[in-house]
Amino acid sequence: MTDTPLLQLRGVYKSYGSVQALTDVDFECRTGEVMALVGDNGAGKSTLIKCIAGIHPMDSGEILFEGEPVSIHGPKDAAKLGIEVVYQDLALADNLDVVQNMYLGREVNRFQILTESPMERKTRETLSSLRVTTIKSIRQPVATLSGGQRQSVAVARAVMWNSKLVILDEPTAALGVAQTEQVLALVNRLAEQGLGVVLISHNLHDVFETAHRITVLRLGRNVGVYERAKTTQQQVVEAITAGQPTKVAGIASTQGVTG
Amino acid sequence: MTAAAQAPESEVQPLESLPRRVWENVRTGNLGPWPVIGAIIVIAFVFGFSAQNWATPVNFTNLIGQLSGTCMLAYGVVFVLLIGEIDLSVAFVSGIAGVVVAQLQQPSPVGPGLPGWLCILIALVCTTLIGAFQGSIVALILVPSFVVTLAGLLIWQGVILRGLPGVIVIQDKTINDVYGYFLPDTWGWILGAVVCGSYVLASLGGPLLGLRHGFAVRDPAMLVVKVVAIPAITLLTVWYLNRDRGVPFALLLVVAMLLLLTFLAKRTTFGRHVYAVGGNAEAARRAGINVPRIRILVFMISGFMSGLGGIILASRLQSVDLNAGGGTLLIEAIAAAVIGGTSLFGGRGEVQNALIGTVLIAMIANGMNTLTYPQGTINIVTGAILLLAATFDTIVRRIQVRAGR
Repeated sequence: MTDTPLLQLRGVYKSYGSVQALTDVDFECRTGEVMALVGDNGAGKSTLIKCIAGIHPMDSGEILFEGEPVSIHGPKDAAKLGIEVVYQDLALADNLDVVQNMYLGREVNRFQILTESPMERKTRETLSSLRVTTIKSIRQPVATLSGGQRQSVAVARAVMWNSKLVILDEPTAALGVAQTEQVLALVNRLAEQGLGVVLISHNLHDVFETAHRITVLRLGRNVGVYERAKTTQQQVVEAITAGQPTKVAGIASTQGVTG
Repeated sequence: MTAAAQAPESEVQPLESLPRRVWENVRTGNLGPWPVIGAIIVIAFVFGFSAQNWATPVNFTNLIGQLSGTCMLAYGVVFVLLIGEIDLSVAFVSGIAGVVVAQLQQPSPVGPGLPGWLCILIALVCTTLIGAFQGSIVALILVPSFVVTLAGLLIWQGVILRGLPGVIVIQDKTINDVYGYFLPDTWGWILGAVVCGSYVLASLGGPLLGLRHGFAVRDPAMLVVKVVAIPAITLLTVWYLNRDRGVPFALLLVVAMLLLLTFLAKRTTFGRHVYAVGGNAEAARRAGINVPRIRILVFMISGFMSGLGGIILASRLQSVDLNAGGGTLLIEAIAAAVIGGTSLFGGRGEVQNALIGTVLIAMIANGMNTLTYPQGTINIVTGAILLLAATFDTIVRRIQVRAGR
């Protein structure tokens, strides 16, 4: 892991009307690292990734990507930097096949006429490099795939574009045990291949199985960053639910209620 | 796991045997146009035997005349249904095209007396702009297309009533030839041969090129069936039509637009985005597709095709009257797309569905007419078939959701 984080956010504020969604949040993710982002409902996880992905621009704060200050005003800015988001609701079109979904919005074409064979080849390569091997045909509609396979396609699509940072929003929320294992293995492989991975999850078991570090958000504030190896699930649960603000400067005074 | 990893080049696992695949398709409700094609064949036999003067070249030519205008509208409706919207204004928009050509071709004391081709061009521009207008309200302001085009239905009917003195007889030869020109026999054969030749080349070209690059032919049996059946049907049609007055120009338009629009839907970036918007508009948006632009363009296609259909219909009557775009035209155009297998839920369907559906509806109307059934009975039968098709579509959708899990 290098010294400069791949992605670094400093002092992010974001409000929706009168609701303060994020208050002075710092966040970082390094190359080759799985950084988990956890927190209760309404803690600001989704808001934070929407800021990073450029869907909702933040009110104030700084984004550094590979050490350089950048501004992200839309999904295209994020994609240009190499930031890809895999959303909870998958964002796949069920009626299209695997190749069509992988290239959705970025189809290979000559004068607007599609050229299918390079798209098929690259799809196959990407899937096999991630060792996604359970999909029978890359020409079958996504509607016919299992939940784990769909998630794999969504992840593969995110990494296909020379992306450097992949953000996964609840990738295992709708999956069974075996498929969850499949997807978590995939998450590990992404980090091994040198990508930065931000993993948003409710499931601490998943988090402790894959993440290198864990950032905890509570009520729109960053209440702690934990090394997985030096932390117990109990500590993280406490950070999510209430008191024990550890390693956070400046906001400790506002905490104090113990759950 | 390892087998596939070692052989990433093998495109797809070898296909299962044909009967197994057929069963699989039946199970998951993925039947394509086959039930409707089956129905067309059955109905052809029923009418062929029960109505004496039904299976004649004259009536066949007549049938093609009846379906060519409606078919154009239905082509446009397919695109609108593909993005999960509806266009209820197609029939009266087609009437607008009729009014525009009729008014503009009127010779000088009454009208400007423009040349026929210019009248046609202006009419098509008008209807395309109407589509752009309605589409913009749907796509930019997000008013449901049902309401926008329902208002359009009323408005354009009103414009037709205001814009016509009663009946205008079309004297311009170019406009009347859109429907009324029949190709000389030789030209019919030549064009038939060209269509067959290019079809065979196009459908064999891809797989053969693929073979050279090591891809397996995806479906050899089906390919052979298609390569034999489509040319056979084409040449039989030419032969049969040549026994009457020849191949009508309107049929050329039907076939040409089928090929053009199928290419647009299946082989272009735009077409891919149309399917994506219909399948999951939010996914399309997040993938960076300009969804409003796609929606507006689709309504423009619908307007253009309605215009083309309206010109064929006007040309067929050689006149335009206050009934232009009225009657069962709207219902037939939408019913044709749905009966042919285009999903009402968006994202599923093909341009050819419109043609297949129109053929079925026109055959029923034409055949029952020959057997002197009243219009009421024809409506009841067509409506029942539409209900059947829509029910089937809904059930298929539910089966497919289940099969996907």
